[in-house]
Amino acid sequence: MRHTLVALLQDRPGVLHRAVSLLRRRAFNIESLAVGHSETPGTSRMTLVVEAEDVQQVVKQLYRLIEVLKVTDVTNGPTVEREAALLKVHAPTARRSELLALAKAFEAKVVDVGASTVVLEVTGSPGKVDKLAELARPFGLKELVRTGRIAMTRGAPSVQAPAPEHRAARGDDEGYGGGTPTTAWAWQADGGA
Amino acid sequence: MTEQRTGAQIMCEALIREGVDTMFGIPGGAIMPFYYAMFEYRDVLRHVLCRHEQGAGHAAEGYARATGKPGVCIGTSGPGATNLVTPIADAWMDSTPLVAITGQVSSQVLGKDAFQETDITGITVPITKHNYLVRHVDELPYVFKEAFHIATTGRPGPVLIDVTKDAQQARTVPRWDVALNLPGYRPTYRGNSRQVREVARLLRAAERPLIMAGNGVIQSGATRELRALAELTGVPVITTLHGLGAFPEDHPLSLGMPGMHGWVHVNRAIQECDLLVNVGGRFDDRVTGKASTFAPRAKVVHVDIDPAEIDKNVKATVPIVGDARLVLQALLDELAAGGGGETAAARAWLAHVREMQAEFQPRHKEVRRPDSAQLMPHDVYAALNRVLNERGGYRVVTDVGQHQMWAAQLLDWRRPRTHITSGGAGTMGFAVPAAMGAAIACPDETIWAIVGDGGFQMTNQELSTIVQEGITNVKVAIVNNGYLGMVRQWQELFEHKRYSGTLLTGPDFARLAEAHNLRGMTVERTDDVEDAIIAAWDHAGSAVIDFRVEREVNVFPIVPQGKSIGEMLTEAPVTPATGPAMAPALAGA
Repeated sequence: MRHTLVALLQDRPGVLHRAVSLLRRRAFNIESLAVGHSETPGTSRMTLVVEAEDVQQVVKQLYRLIEVLKVTDVTNGPTVEREAALLKVHAPTARRSELLALAKAFEAKVVDVGASTVVLEVTGSPGKVDKLAELARPFGLKELVRTGRIAMTRGAPSVQAPAPEHRAARGDDEGYGGGTPTTAWAWQADGGA
Repeated sequence: MTEQRTGAQIMCEALIREGVDTMFGIPGGAIMPFYYAMFEYRDVLRHVLCRHEQGAGHAAEGYARATGKPGVCIGTSGPGATNLVTPIADAWMDSTPLVAITGQVSSQVLGKDAFQETDITGITVPITKHNYLVRHVDELPYVFKEAFHIATTGRPGPVLIDVTKDAQQARTVPRWDVALNLPGYRPTYRGNSRQVREVARLLRAAERPLIMAGNGVIQSGATRELRALAELTGVPVITTLHGLGAFPEDHPLSLGMPGMHGWVHVNRAIQECDLLVNVGGRFDDRVTGKASTFAPRAKVVHVDIDPAEIDKNVKATVPIVGDARLVLQALLDELAAGGGGETAAARAWLAHVREMQAEFQPRHKEVRRPDSAQLMPHDVYAALNRVLNERGGYRVVTDVGQHQMWAAQLLDWRRPRTHITSGGAGTMGFAVPAAMGAAIACPDETIWAIVGDGGFQMTNQELSTIVQEGITNVKVAIVNNGYLGMVRQWQELFEHKRYSGTLLTGPDFARLAEAHNLRGMTVERTDDVEDAIIAAWDHAGSAVIDFRVEREVNVFPIVPQGKSIGEMLTEAPVTPATGPAMAPALAGA
């Protein structure tokens, strides 16, 4: 089954290598991966789409990495999932207005206009990006670049790495590797470690 | 301290601060500054010059496993570092605390395929708990502190520190007062109390309960708590390969070892039990056989400090993440508070398992072939077991293969950390260097390395190290059958006796030992076994005994790979030895 995971990582050298190496070794298939800074300086946020039978194993294996602060499976929660893409499309004058109409229908921005090409910027669900790419192809899709999926939960509950003191006091988040699989209270100690 | 130090001096001081007194390694270009500094500290930091980095790594593992302290091994960049990969992988599989220090080429040429440059941090990502590439001298105090912390806490494991040559040479005023910053690393030690209560309830209700003790019991020092739990509840205990010694095998509640070469009654008990409490074991496939058929009637309690082990191989009814000792203590408190003594059901269950044992564990018959006049492996173990029991004060380090399984089966394991072996990785060549490390850690004890002729020939160069270091308490027992015996056994049982690549010759091992100025002995007759063991033990230096045993003896019982542990083979059809002609070195001796 396909899962969308959000992981918060301590920003240290090699951390991405470690995460990817781990997923490769355990034979979890990565469909999409997007990494960048999070709201906290020194913390990176990774959105991973993986194909895995046992997603709890993926989560627990990720927690074994020293730099992993928090992993959340947001597959079933209410989330906003987005992907951005740039498309360079062949657009001779004769077909340009047709292409711009298509872009408008997808709320894609025209970010560059050249003699024979335009570059479109689109944001949306991965399905929307797929669709625009498909419809742009007959014009002559010269380049396509996609960011991979990023995800955020809707509403107040947030994927954040709690401050260490906070976590210890709450005592509900004392898993190996700093956090715990959210569904399994069994891992949790009741006192400080 | 405001004095400037070189990176190399800081490394030495960091090691001393971590309580390190012994290191195993080999110098080379990129690690030379560290060796230069080490010379100043030679009175407090003993460096053991090994003959191969693999030997250094296994020696550090042996040291760690004998003491519980982290082992330290050192190599230079490139081949020095890659030679450490096998012991690092071994330590990773067996959760052995190990810190590997490697030199790296200078940061100016890093990434440019410089002489002896290898991306060792990249190579060891999947087999270390964590690793570091240090390019700047100022990072060293913190990195060493963090590395030792990670290697020795939670589930122990190997950590590698790769230090560029210029970082070793640069000078700085070290800052030792930096606090650990590991928000993502917070091992859980105390088990969840609700889960502990649930286990207590299950133990009171169970009719056919079993406790399975693994490496975690030994690593966390929980043998007293384990014994108390067994005695309080009357629940019998089985010990995995790495759990041997966690529970005394002469205890009335001890059943023995489960798994591929475990005893039939133990595996049957697992298949019949209604509650299996696994403390500190990871349900390795050599224990479970076909996992889907493992313990089909049991509720499974899994106590492990690593959450990633829970539900990985065997689904747990009640998982508890925590330190084995603390969880067992909490369980004892809970049972004491709520009342939970030995039940009649538990007594009847134990009697039932003992009946199965009487039927299926004619312990020594398993390896005896009555029509043979030649020295049987069993005779070696029986004599060694007698002498070990009489004398005490020993550790046994085994290699990988038939001799390892016989040792696990046929010696009486009583005390923790007396049985040291390569379990998860199954690294042939482990025993001789690991015994050397254990011998340095335990100078007042006698360290027996039991090894096959195959494994011995992989790392016997460390005999030179043993001599150079004046190590007198390593006694090597080679169970020599002129084959890669375990592979040959599988070929015999499962591959129509096609002995492809398993016939093995070797030098006269006794003379090889003598060439090292060690005592060397050859034993070919059953009657000479015990005398040789005693002579080796009493010899003032280290010694090697070459036991030329019957060549085609199998380890029984055996669960064929991929089968359920309920399907054990207890013997093969008896056929005369039909292997290829004896190798000249063996036949002529």
